[in-house]
Amino acid sequence: MTDLLYSDTEDDLRAAVRALLTDRAGPDVLLGRIETGSPYVPGLWRALAADMGAAGLLVPEKLGGQGASHREAAVVLEELGRAVTPVPYLTSSVVATETLLAIEDPRERVTGLLADLAAGRTVAVLAVPLSAAPDARPATGGRVTGVADAAVADVLLVPRADGLYAVPAAEAVIEPQTPLDLTRPLAAVDADAASGVRLADRAAADTAIRRGLLAGAGLLASEQLGLAAWCLEETVRHTKERFQFNRPVGSFQALKHRMAQLWLEIVNARAAARAAADALATGSPDAPLTVAVAQAYCSKVAVHAAEECVQLHGGIGMTWEHPAHLALKRAKSDQIALGSAGSHRAVIAELAELPAPVPSP
Amino acid sequence: MIPAAPDATELIARARKLLAEHSPATTSRIDFLRARFDAGLAWVHYPVGLGGLGAPRALQAVVDAELTAAGAPDNDPRRIGIGLGMAAPTVLAYGSEDVKARFLRPLWTGEEVWCQLFSEPGAGSDLAALGTRAVRDEQSGDWIVDGQKVWTSSAHTARWAILIARTDPDLPKHRGITYFVCDMTDPGVEVRPLRQITGEAEFNEVFLTGVRIPDAHRLGEVGDGWRVAQTTLMNERVSIGGGRLPREGGMIGKAAATWRERPELRTHDLHQRLLDLWVDAEVARLTGERLRQQLVAGQPGPEGSAMKLGFARLNQLISGLEVELLGEEGLLYSDWTMVRPELVDFTGRDAGYRYLRAKGNSIEGGTTEVLLNIVAERVLGLPAEPRNDKDVPWKELAR
Ligand SMILES: Cc1cc2nc3c(=O)[nH]c(=O)nc-3n(C[C@H](O)[C@H](O)[C@H](O)COP(=O)(O)OP(=O)(O)OC[C@H]3O[C@@H](n4cnc5c(N)ncnc54)[C@H](O)[C@@H]3O)c2cc1C
Repeated sequence: MTDLLYSDTEDDLRAAVRALLTDRAGPDVLLGRIETGSPYVPGLWRALAADMGAAGLLVPEKLGGQGASHREAAVVLEELGRAVTPVPYLTSSVVATETLLAIEDPRERVTGLLADLAAGRTVAVLAVPLSAAPDARPATGGRVTGVADAAVADVLLVPRADGLYAVPAAEAVIEPQTPLDLTRPLAAVDADAASGVRLADRAAADTAIRRGLLAGAGLLASEQLGLAAWCLEETVRHTKERFQFNRPVGSFQALKHRMAQLWLEIVNARAAARAAADALATGSPDAPLTVAVAQAYCSKVAVHAAEECVQLHGGIGMTWEHPAHLALKRAKSDQIALGSAGSHRAVIAELAELPAPVPSP
Repeated sequence: MIPAAPDATELIARARKLLAEHSPATTSRIDFLRARFDAGLAWVHYPVGLGGLGAPRALQAVVDAELTAAGAPDNDPRRIGIGLGMAAPTVLAYGSEDVKARFLRPLWTGEEVWCQLFSEPGAGSDLAALGTRAVRDEQSGDWIVDGQKVWTSSAHTARWAILIARTDPDLPKHRGITYFVCDMTDPGVEVRPLRQITGEAEFNEVFLTGVRIPDAHRLGEVGDGWRVAQTTLMNERVSIGGGRLPREGGMIGKAAATWRERPELRTHDLHQRLLDLWVDAEVARLTGERLRQQLVAGQPGPEGSAMKLGFARLNQLISGLEVELLGEEGLLYSDWTMVRPELVDFTGRDAGYRYLRAKGNSIEGGTTEVLLNIVAERVLGLPAEPRNDKDVPWKELAR
């Protein structure tokens, strides 16, 4: 049976990650960095990925990881979503790691890379656009745009016509692009000139990439959940303190109902995100559908929560110094990341046997 | 010494013993239900002698599964929902030992149906504004009740009612209220069908004229009825969302089936909207499942109020979509004949009926607006609405 609750271990992990992020990557720190071109907070990745062991949650112990599961990784992402933290966790520790884990019959070069990723020594990103849906067939060769976290990658996982290659990032051409979400940098990547090492043949690569993107999409729901929960908490806090018309603005029913409505959506989003994490963790055959449901639902909730957060903060919400815009930008770009709600609904239409109308001749 | 509460193994053993001694194949429905109550397997978390065994509430599912598998009859909870969901927990919490012993067994077996005489023409969401009077007859100690209640579901089938009435109009509205059990066969009780949006009369108007209620049928202290009513209302909201549904188990299953069976009705616009609602319904199902898991783990969350709000919205949107999907057929309605149904049929009837009946989901048991206020204030801790009626005697309030 699907376990939709949080275990004590997961709660402990959450507390540790939250404490670290509060300490090291608060809104002031992020706001100070986002325009430097490198939003990543120095030393934070090491503390999270290596010291805390978060990078290796999905990796079995015999390959140097923590031998935990998608459930724990989801909790980390919830916290990273709450704090809109710029770290390559989703890209490296989830998508790239899961892609490598899915390569059947892995050779030394795959397991070696996994051990490095698990230890937080190496950052790897899959060279596909952040918008790629799990069932997308990534382009093979040429310039790929919108690759998230390529700027801090040590290794690029590059899909080519004859399989998946590991390419040292230093050998590829990586041009930063200006992202809507300032906390998740994007770049155009061209790895055609680099040789690299082949990790899997074409068929195995397709399966592995699909699994990597599926895990990414499923756990992105937890990032969206965390972000939405933060937006609501901040909005409740602010509207209780902000007075207009001789009353806290949070006592106006028009606002109370909007916040209560968000709470309902977040309650639902939590169930959806937990279901996706659990389905991935247990390798359930229902995972593709559960992930599609979670994405179709949670992306909507995160954007709604962030938009309400800006609106109910009034002028402060539009102000650069206030972190609300970081959340809005992340939520909006998360809506496109790893497949739009529409593409996830198309998957649902197929899996739940609710076919589209037959096109008229 | 209090014996330890029975665990799952013991409950299964007790259920098997019940089945062995009262085989569902040879025992009449009502005899089986009575025996089940007496065996403490009706609601296992209730006290011994009152249909339970003082076991953890979550273990009821174990008993139900065992009995259902053996083909045992159930007590048709849909028909006696108000009794089970609202009257019983209130009687248990506030009734005297005699009252509990008198009412709980026939309530559970369904031999006696209950209704809820709360709402009045002038007091719906603002329930504490109610004006039905209960005056003490000094000689007999009985209470004499006069007033009018409205939208009373099942009043036409009910044997008993939970009733709140004003016993002191000089106090502010939340104070002078007292809670009673009212005999619906009393000659002063007149039930008139009140036809509703669907054409049938599921609810009623109830006129109370000189209704005599013995003091023994009072629940809680005189003047403490508002607090007692909170027990009823809290249970009303929790009782929704308790059951486990499979995927597509609710109204969405109906809409999805129509979609699959009738390809000629499909349009692109409806496709996107159907998928959107399918996602919402699946997520609501998962939320219900999560709530159930929290209850089992002993950490009930405020998610309960989310369930009622969510179901109300979804039922309305899904049934509305289905009427549209049916196109020309959606222009028709099954039957406007005025009948007085014994229970509400949410999934058995056609889409038009469901669409109209679902409109009540966001009104009955607390309107969506009022429940959103409760979420905002009790869950999110937002400031309460400013009030100007708190310290004013009820009789001086504008009505
Ligand atoms: C199908 C059905 C079955 C019912 N069965 C029973 C029954 O068995 N027993 C019983 O006692 N009652 C029953 N009711 C009555 C039900 O409890 C009331 O209708 C309900 O509480 C709302 O009260 P009202 O109808 O007076 O609406 P009002 O309270 O007059 O509300 C009118 C509108 O104002 C809004 N409103 C009111 N107060 C506020 C506020 N503070 N903030 C924002 N908006 C507000 C409401 O949400 C609503 O939209 C039933 C109702 C229905 C529809």
